[in-house]
Amino acid sequence: MDRNIKNEFKSFLPELLIYGVLVTAYCFLVLRYLGAWLAGLFHHQRELYAAVALLLILGQGFVLEQLTSVLLRLVRWGRKEVE
Amino acid sequence: MNFLISGTHVAPLWLVGVGFIVGVLGGFFGVGGSFLAAPALFFLGIPMNFVVGTDLAHIVGKSIVAVGNHRRLGHVDYKLGAFMLLGTLPGVEAGARFIEHLKHTARIDQVVGGSFIVLLLSISAFMAWEAWATLRMKGKKPAAEGEKQSGRRRDHSAFSHIAVVVRRLRLPPYVDLPTSGIRQVSVWAIIAVSLIGGFFSGFLGGGAGYIRMPSMIYLLGIPTHIAVGTDLFEIILSAGYGTFSHAVKGNVDILIALVMHTGAAFGAQIGSVLTQYFSGARIRLAFIPLPLIGAGLLVYSLVTGHKF
Repeated sequence: MDRNIKNEFKSFLPELLIYGVLVTAYCFLVLRYLGAWLAGLFHHQRELYAAVALLLILGQGFVLEQLTSVLLRLVRWGRKEVE
Repeated sequence: MNFLISGTHVAPLWLVGVGFIVGVLGGFFGVGGSFLAAPALFFLGIPMNFVVGTDLAHIVGKSIVAVGNHRRLGHVDYKLGAFMLLGTLPGVEAGARFIEHLKHTARIDQVVGGSFIVLLLSISAFMAWEAWATLRMKGKKPAAEGEKQSGRRRDHSAFSHIAVVVRRLRLPPYVDLPTSGIRQVSVWAIIAVSLIGGFFSGFLGGGAGYIRMPSMIYLLGIPTHIAVGTDLFEIILSAGYGTFSHAVKGNVDILIALVMHTGAAFGAQIGSVLTQYFSGARIRLAFIPLPLIGAGLLVYSLVTGHKF
């Protein structure tokens, strides 16, 4: 395997661990606190549900994009310091 | 775990896993990954109308992450993406209405599943033929002198003559696409390509990158790396519109999409970084088995009636 690809994978491993912990906590929170409310909206106010659904996935997309970029920068910076 | 909106019972870990795999593939190939995610969700026991809408929702979030990475690598042609929107949005709405029509018939699973299988097999067969022909052509031809000196990697395709014919189409108005290295292409050609992609996005779910990405390369002549990044940008817009449209029609379980997306966001990061290390023809060659896996999962679920 190309050495660059190997290095990329090495830098992804610590990120994966930190990310995994954050995601597990997040899943529990979302499913526990938003589940019943969203189901209520789905059954009674479909247009509002559609708008909330789109905002939630867009918001999560932007937040996770920032989070993964920051984690990757931190992990790579840490690796350069060690080298 | 029970998901109250769709009334299904699925372990969240499976959803995160499916999200992660389609995230890597999406970031690498510039596709939403619905050719794999949709059969996988159906396989997990989610009804087909929820599969279509929910898959679109998770793809919106995942594509934001992947486009962020491709933007940093200079792989997004925003001008092309803006023109494609003119065909994509009407196409998505037409596809969503067709699904709505099928919901009133008893055979929605068979019609949508059957169409998906035919499409996936056709794409795989065509790309296998093209990538093989391109690699064989590259093996016979030595690299051009200018290419050697500049050290630049050109994107070869055995079917580049098709794109030349499309670009010669005399149907004004025309547009220049400097980011993609294209001078003068008819706006109608861009709209036609995006209209077809949009229809399949609304009808079969996902961003329809499995049809739009090859169409951009073979019909419009967009370099593979730019097609990957621009397709992802287009997918945010088309899948965002499709998510809203399907949610109003009751086809989106947003909780399933949010859980899937946590895995997909990380996978997309890995996939988009990996595109730097592969040539266009090799990316297309690696794409070939993926639609076949999706088709295999669907055939299994439809024939046996077994849902995981």
